[in-house]
Amino acid sequence: MSTTTTTGAATSQVPDDLGRFGEFGRRFVPETLMHALEELTAEYARATQDPAFQKELDGLLSTFVGRPNPLYFAERLTQYCGGARIYLKREDLNHTGAHKINNTMGQVLLTRRMGKKRVIAETGAGQHGVATATACARFGLDCVVYMGEEDVRRQKLNVFNMRMMGAEVRPVTSGSRTLRDAINEAMRDWMGSVQNTHYIIGSVVGPHPFPMMVRDFQSVIGREARRQCQEIVGRLPDEVIACVGGGSNSAGMFYPFVDDKTVRLTGVEAGGRGPQPGDHASTLTHGVKGVLHGSYSYVLQDVDGQTADVHSISAGLDYPGVGPEHSYWKDSGRVDYVSITDQEALDAFQTMAKLEGILPALESSHAIAHTLKAAKRRSPQEVIVVCLSGRGDKDVYEVARLLGRDLG
Amino acid sequence: MTNSSRISQTFAKLKQAGQLAFMPFITAGDPDMAMTLSLIQELAQRGVDLIEVGFPYSDPIADGPVIQASYTRALNRKLKVEDIFAGVATLKTAELPPLVGMVSYALLFRRGVDAFMARAAEVGFAGLIIPDLPADEASEAAALAKKNGLDLVQLIAPTTPRDRAIKILNAASGFVYCISIAGITGVRDQLPPELRDQLAWLRQQTKLPLAVGFGISKPDQVDVLRDVADGVIVGSAIVKQLDALEKGGTREAVLSEVGKVAGGLVTATHQAK
Repeated sequence: MSTTTTTGAATSQVPDDLGRFGEFGRRFVPETLMHALEELTAEYARATQDPAFQKELDGLLSTFVGRPNPLYFAERLTQYCGGARIYLKREDLNHTGAHKINNTMGQVLLTRRMGKKRVIAETGAGQHGVATATACARFGLDCVVYMGEEDVRRQKLNVFNMRMMGAEVRPVTSGSRTLRDAINEAMRDWMGSVQNTHYIIGSVVGPHPFPMMVRDFQSVIGREARRQCQEIVGRLPDEVIACVGGGSNSAGMFYPFVDDKTVRLTGVEAGGRGPQPGDHASTLTHGVKGVLHGSYSYVLQDVDGQTADVHSISAGLDYPGVGPEHSYWKDSGRVDYVSITDQEALDAFQTMAKLEGILPALESSHAIAHTLKAAKRRSPQEVIVVCLSGRGDKDVYEVARLLGRDLG
Repeated sequence: MTNSSRISQTFAKLKQAGQLAFMPFITAGDPDMAMTLSLIQELAQRGVDLIEVGFPYSDPIADGPVIQASYTRALNRKLKVEDIFAGVATLKTAELPPLVGMVSYALLFRRGVDAFMARAAEVGFAGLIIPDLPADEASEAAALAKKNGLDLVQLIAPTTPRDRAIKILNAASGFVYCISIAGITGVRDQLPPELRDQLAWLRQQTKLPLAVGFGISKPDQVDVLRDVADGVIVGSAIVKQLDALEKGGTREAVLSEVGKVAGGLVTATHQAK
């Protein structure tokens, strides 16, 4: 592996043809998958040059997903902080309740272009699983979703929803029984089914071209937010904040702002119970450079390179890796990465509910929690845009359990 | 003699005798290194030609349930990479069949590819297979393997197009690991019919020995490959025997079962072509 390091300013002109974001990314997968990745890269390149593909995707995002969603001024949250004006990018208002569907609609259209009839996906919180099941139902494709047994327990509602839409949910009992193991199982399925199956990865992780492709499909978030902010405020925001697990909503939110050097970008990782190994999922804050799930990025692992156990209150952030473009943004200094603990996220969930009448997903609650801190440090003339990546309906049982309430 | 030339010599000798090489796979450290070292001795006594030693990894995406469970057992007992090296270092490897390490790139990268390879060569490994390092990314590792006197075995899959296979062969040394089926490791009843065609084609492209792995468990599967391959690799059917230890079986019984499975495959592979 080359030993070049990422220095200097980040640019939006990444990755290169080898899938490199600076030194990060690339492809570290078994040979069995290499041809499929080459085919997918070529097909995606053709699709991006095809106006009919973009037109069909835009049409679906508008009439099926409900885009553009609003950039909403959170008036009472702003008053509560007494600092910067806080605007919420309302991905929670998308069909299926989160940003994940932006990616699955794009990838299902690609699946159709490639003539494949079967789709597999992994899911942590279940939002990507639901978004994949939804897209597959809409286009009549077979759908299998791998989900860690621990997450099946935490996210019963989403499991039910996926099954209603005809997807088969396969609980994963190996390893930590969470998102990381669900990805392993999906990869194993793909090893044997690659000729007729497309793997819709739900985040900006995995081998090239996935990190680039998922970022591109999610970039509709940042493009809309950037335009809406200029329309509403008359200028670009001072800071943009989003949560980072694998990093898809944040990649989609940040990417259109990368070349706007006046805009501060802040990614919020899951701080869990604290900074001890195994208590958090703050890959960029505490991790090392390494290889996981087919790409080279920051990762939480032990001295031998074995993937470490992670913890977060939020199933969607409970992941020991992160997309390679985030590693590139971290090392180039373009994006700051911070951590929010379980308790801070839970508090932010309740604050949002009481002050704004919005139940945010526990993932998004991490971004909100940091926004509350950041807004207080800024003046009322300044503007923060935060990605409300999903709604919290899926989390109410878990929140009730954590608050000691009985839902009966 | 560098470690790496031991692999070519082994294949050359068998070819002269009209025999196939048999390479069983075992997991290092399942349930501990003492058992692994006993297994290596047992396999050597049974007459196997090379031994593939799997370094347990937390996220082995090319492996099926049997090897995955074995890796998990070893890691749950806190096996470290250095335990494997230290254990192998106690063997007289020059008197044993060549040992080939199967190691995920994550583990090599963490220690440093050069440092990992230097240590592997020092304790007596003859070569490495890095299942998640495709040829496109392997040029630096191939150079470091050469520097350290190790073979870097490359893999070719049923899904590999021919132009890609030619690129892979250019980066390969030791032998070529031909994956028999598109899928993960594990026992299969039948090998796909296209496999023979692919092997025949590969035979025309390279002088390197062709060893076939994934899905092979039985002597009659060896017969199908006799005239198109130079060796067979069997993993899950061997590793599966270790399950018995979890269910109260004794080490002696497991060693004897592994020996029996390996012995049957040695007989099948060493039958003259």
